Amino acid sequence: MTAKVYVPRDSAACSVGAEETAKAIARVAAERGLEVDIVRNGSRGMFWLEPLVEVATPNGRVAYGPVAPEDVAGLFEAGFLKAGAHRLCLGPTEEISYLKKQERLTFARVGVTDPLNLAEYEAHGGFRGLRAAIGMSAREIVEEVVRSGLRGRGGAAFPCGIKWRTVLGAPALPKYIACNADEGDSGTFSDRMIMEGDPFLLLEGMTIAGLAVGATKGFIYLRSEYPDAERTLTAAIAAARAAKVLGDDVLGSGRTFDIEIRRGAGAYICGEETAMLESLEGKRGMVRPKPPLPAIEGLFGRPTAVNNVITLASVPVILDKGAKYYADYGRGRSQGTLPFQLAGNIKHGGLVEKAFGLTLRELLYDFGGGSASGRPIRAVQVGGPLGAYLPESRFDTPLDYEAFAAAGGMIGHGGVVVFDDTVDMAQMARYAMEFCAIESCGKCTPCRIGSRRGVEVIDHIRAGRKPAANLALLRDLCDTMTHGSLCAMGGLTPAPVVSALDHFPEDFGVSPSGKVS
Amino acid sequence: MVKDSPAKASDPAARSSTNGNVNGHADVVARAIEDNRHLAGALLPILHAIQDRLGFIPPDAARRIAEALNLSHADVQGVISFYHDFRAAPPGRHVLKVCRAEACQAMGAGALEARLKARLGIDFGQTTQDGSLTLEPVYCLGNCALSPACMVDGQLKGRVTADRLDGLLATLEGKS
Repeated sequence: MTAKVYVPRDSAACSVGAEETAKAIARVAAERGLEVDIVRNGSRGMFWLEPLVEVATPNGRVAYGPVAPEDVAGLFEAGFLKAGAHRLCLGPTEEISYLKKQERLTFARVGVTDPLNLAEYEAHGGFRGLRAAIGMSAREIVEEVVRSGLRGRGGAAFPCGIKWRTVLGAPALPKYIACNADEGDSGTFSDRMIMEGDPFLLLEGMTIAGLAVGATKGFIYLRSEYPDAERTLTAAIAAARAAKVLGDDVLGSGRTFDIEIRRGAGAYICGEETAMLESLEGKRGMVRPKPPLPAIEGLFGRPTAVNNVITLASVPVILDKGAKYYADYGRGRSQGTLPFQLAGNIKHGGLVEKAFGLTLRELLYDFGGGSASGRPIRAVQVGGPLGAYLPESRFDTPLDYEAFAAAGGMIGHGGVVVFDDTVDMAQMARYAMEFCAIESCGKCTPCRIGSRRGVEVIDHIRAGRKPAANLALLRDLCDTMTHGSLCAMGGLTPAPVVSALDHFPEDFGVSPSGKVS
Repeated sequence: MVKDSPAKASDPAARSSTNGNVNGHADVVARAIEDNRHLAGALLPILHAIQDRLGFIPPDAARRIAEALNLSHADVQGVISFYHDFRAAPPGRHVLKVCRAEACQAMGAGALEARLKARLGIDFGQTTQDGSLTLEPVYCLGNCALSPACMVDGQLKGRVTADRLDGLLATLEGKS
């Protein structure tokens, strides 16, 4: 009998040797005359265990990891194809507590299936949401998404259904779906994992969005830093067209929807929706003033639903299982689940999809297991480079949009970057300004010039030049950037800077009592 | 003259065969324009098609693209200069992109970066004297749970310790 072995094709898994491990398994199996079917799945999102190899058994899949190529011979020796005991054996995959404690709605298939196997996608619930949507009117689809409480997962958390309602109501034609796959925040990789690990899910979500707002064309604006995702998505789109999921007769409905990938070119600002639209139009990624809203005048001046990958990938389950099923997860106005991403100096880094409402502390310690270095966790940046740095005293804040904002934070795209006690927070504040200076589109002065002055002022403070005056100047500058910038780039760059100043003043030479040394 | 070479975009050999060959460049540019001009918002796809083949955007490309798309030369030049990805000069035989973003910093990317620059004797955006390697910064590769991360000729690498980086460089030196 042919044994079935799973080795992830996810680029992160391959970045630590999954490709070599897969080759070693094929080679040793051939040497031993064993027939092995190696499936290249997505990653389960437990990156400290990558390359994570799984074996199918009559009692479910059993995991081994991390498996280096040199471990493979020993695994065969231990009879791992029949789930034999070995020091790398982790037991049944689904029983690993990191996975077992999660609530995977959006990521239900990631790591389970072969990302490019359309039949397997359908067998695991794929296209049920789209089929349901085909039987509904555009208005009904939109209202179902409104009722689910789904909010934009890219960072701004705007209610998705309300945005779609605006696009649906806009009279101009044609309309577009623009998927923002410019996942530039440090500490985030959930978009990448969906695109590499379950690409049909994104295509399904975009197609539903098209039916909902009356768009027949979708664009995926994909960052150039994700070449593997581009290859996988390209293959998935070709397969979906061949199977008549995309094209002029979506699943036999007579409806039209097609998708084109457009590659970004290394500009962080193009993750801002209006800059992304400019870039899609072939221009410099300069931010547009709002209004007009993209929902009314977006891509090529037409009504456009701009949504993040995770937002769109969360739509199929809502249409499949109903708005209430989804809305029953979460708390308050933060309904459903969010794929959090644990990154940086963390022992068990990876993807944790949970309903809103767990605390940062649970995420950092129950899932993350503390820092990778073993030293105390000193600061955590949630929500990417424009998110605040939070000290230990804020770790018990529940992760929902409102509660987290009240504690001075921003959930954003769900990235959590962990720093141990060796971090220099004045250096991190400087980096925040430097990053803004490098990535600013240059359209508004507070962002373009303010970020450069910010770097200089922090350099003065760190060098001990007129610290009191320069600290006051830095806060004043941050105030100007916050209130005077055109978009979130300049408007939120002060968040990491001011939070570093507030919570870690000693790193700027200020005593906790406020005295400048 | 290289014309319509089937060699893969990321293949350094495909690049070097056209480097310094003005006619080869012109062909690549013309081909990129023809393949993509029908697209709405064709400029970025055209520029990517050129850089995929050549590794950079040749100086005369902007004027040709501007003519084909009925844009001003300044418009095209402005787009090329806006995006970090587009190079004005050919890169080395290998391109190493090192992540500078927060998650990688939390795992020692700063020290790694300093060590790398010292060892290679170049700064970001520069190519080693022997033309073997171009060093570029990158702001997040989406490998933040396996920091520090870098990308070598389009291939993602994770948990890049100093030792692992030395090994990577040695492999590249062996190849070039």
